[in-house]
Amino acid sequence: MSGAGLIWSQPVSRADRLSDFLWRRPRVLLFLLLAPPLLWLGVIYVGSLFALLLQSFFSIDEFSGLIKYELTLKTYGELFRPANFDIILRTVTMAAVVTLASAVLAFPIAYYAARFARGRWKALFYLGVMLPLWSSYLVKVYAWKLILAKEGIVNWGLDAVGLTFLLDSILAIPVIGGNSLSVSYIGTFLVFVYVWSPFMILPVQAALERVPGNLLEASGDLGASSRQTFRHVIFPLALPGIVAGSIFTFSLTLGDYIIPQIIGSSRLFIGQAVYAHQGTAGNIPLAAAFAVVPILIMVLYLWAAKRQGAFDAL
Amino acid sequence: MTAAVSFQQVSRHFGAVKAVDQVDLTIAEGEFFAMLGPSGSGKTTCLRLIAGFDQPTAGHIEIFGETAEGVPPNRRSVNTVFQDYALFPHMSVLDNVAYGLMVKGEAKAPRREKAADALRMVKLADYGGRRPSQLSGGQRQRVALARALVNRPRVLLLDEPLGALDLKLREQMQDELKDLQRELGITFVFVTHDQGEALSMADRVAVFNEGKVIQVGPPAEIYARPRTRFVADFVGSSNLLPPALTKTLGGPSRWASLRPEAIRMGETGITGRVLSTRYLGAATRVSLDVGGTRLAALSAAGEIPPRPGDSIGLSWDADALHFMADE
Repeated sequence: MSGAGLIWSQPVSRADRLSDFLWRRPRVLLFLLLAPPLLWLGVIYVGSLFALLLQSFFSIDEFSGLIKYELTLKTYGELFRPANFDIILRTVTMAAVVTLASAVLAFPIAYYAARFARGRWKALFYLGVMLPLWSSYLVKVYAWKLILAKEGIVNWGLDAVGLTFLLDSILAIPVIGGNSLSVSYIGTFLVFVYVWSPFMILPVQAALERVPGNLLEASGDLGASSRQTFRHVIFPLALPGIVAGSIFTFSLTLGDYIIPQIIGSSRLFIGQAVYAHQGTAGNIPLAAAFAVVPILIMVLYLWAAKRQGAFDAL
Repeated sequence: MTAAVSFQQVSRHFGAVKAVDQVDLTIAEGEFFAMLGPSGSGKTTCLRLIAGFDQPTAGHIEIFGETAEGVPPNRRSVNTVFQDYALFPHMSVLDNVAYGLMVKGEAKAPRREKAADALRMVKLADYGGRRPSQLSGGQRQRVALARALVNRPRVLLLDEPLGALDLKLREQMQDELKDLQRELGITFVFVTHDQGEALSMADRVAVFNEGKVIQVGPPAEIYARPRTRFVADFVGSSNLLPPALTKTLGGPSRWASLRPEAIRMGETGITGRVLSTRYLGAATRVSLDVGGTRLAALSAAGEIPPRPGDSIGLSWDADALHFMADE
């Protein structure tokens, strides 16, 4: 009598056979799992990025307004014309300030959530951070316009407590000030920080969560004050999270074209420039060149962060 | 002489949980002191009270005669070797060891030199440039030790430092720790749940249970003269004789302990029936039944052990039977 079927259960269905086959050839399974996302990333994602990059090396014919399909650096040269370079400087400065403010604002919140919040409070933390992300971005931005407008709640509140002069003196500051918060750079900055701060809080919280509590005890045990522990242990270990968060806040600010259009002075940011050039102006090469700027800045930023040892704790 | 550490009626309660309950302890300077107990017995909490990570809810702690309550860990000349080492993952081994000196403001050159010396002391001279993640468990353990000792603490606290190591490495580290302690003359306070470790390394042992200290004494005394059934049970593989049995043997009606190696097996004495035998290498452990009580005896390697089912005579010296506090 043959023993088959007594010791091993036999594959019955086609699904069983397939499952056996994939078990014997794990690489086939891996290939099947990875093929769709790799196709997506490779062809659609990187491919379109490459197409964009290529566009930026073309130029536009001044007279006909048609694209000349010859490789040239002329379009990049145009970025350095004062009007365009101002846009880049303005956007990068805004992105840097927004990132810095988000990090400063996010750290205590993330630290509390990672070290102290438990159970219900932790759930409340996640809810509080994520809730704003669930509502429409446009609605939020327009809501902020109302909040910051001259007739808005900020002015009203300050008026009620007699602090209007404070706001007026802030708005009187040249460049960043303006007629009201909603048409000043300060307003743009406030809304950027509001909209992007969850993207800073969550990675920082995740990084801090991974710092074992006994490292902090060990630091104190070895004679470090709280400040020294923060400087030498907590901050370096949270740095990858801060860098991860700043990648979000920085690049999102660099690319955004809606917030500065609705709230702020009418001066352009990179995103608005891209929007304008690819649309009404029909200058796709210049739009592409503008779009390459944030990519380049992010590459430089990550390279600098790596050199500074930001990822050593990973 | 001032005690290195002294606990006076110290309690640490977490709500209704009495982690440490009215503990009195005196640890002498230069002593290798072990705190032994099962998990949750309060030994680690006591260690954390000495380190300053935790504050007592009642009682008084002195370290070298100075009040410890309200003094943060960084102001105590006490250093800790953590159970899972707690090495800083973003620093090199050398920077880990130099950390204590760095935060005290010592200049770079001398602190690196001292750290290198400390690494040499734990036989890791060539490992300064590595990351903790590139070391084995035993090596990390040594780095943690060097990192604590480089600060020349008055008291070194060790929280189950050998728990994560395999048996062979553990035995080797036990010897090295003991040598190091003798060499440096620093007070070591060692927390462990391994009675073998406590007995073999410590000058004195405190046995903890349920937040209280049950017995303090030199290892030999703890082993030979356990104060309660708990100590006898936890510390050794001692036989426990219930009051009923000790009474029939002509003693007082109290629990007694009797070490397996003190039992002589032969023709005379009380009768026991052999239940089973277990070969241990250096000896054979014989399981016996004496009037319903199970006893263990040891048969040395040269002797022929009795076989299961045999009835044999058991005897021991009168002073081998140690009567305990429990009735």
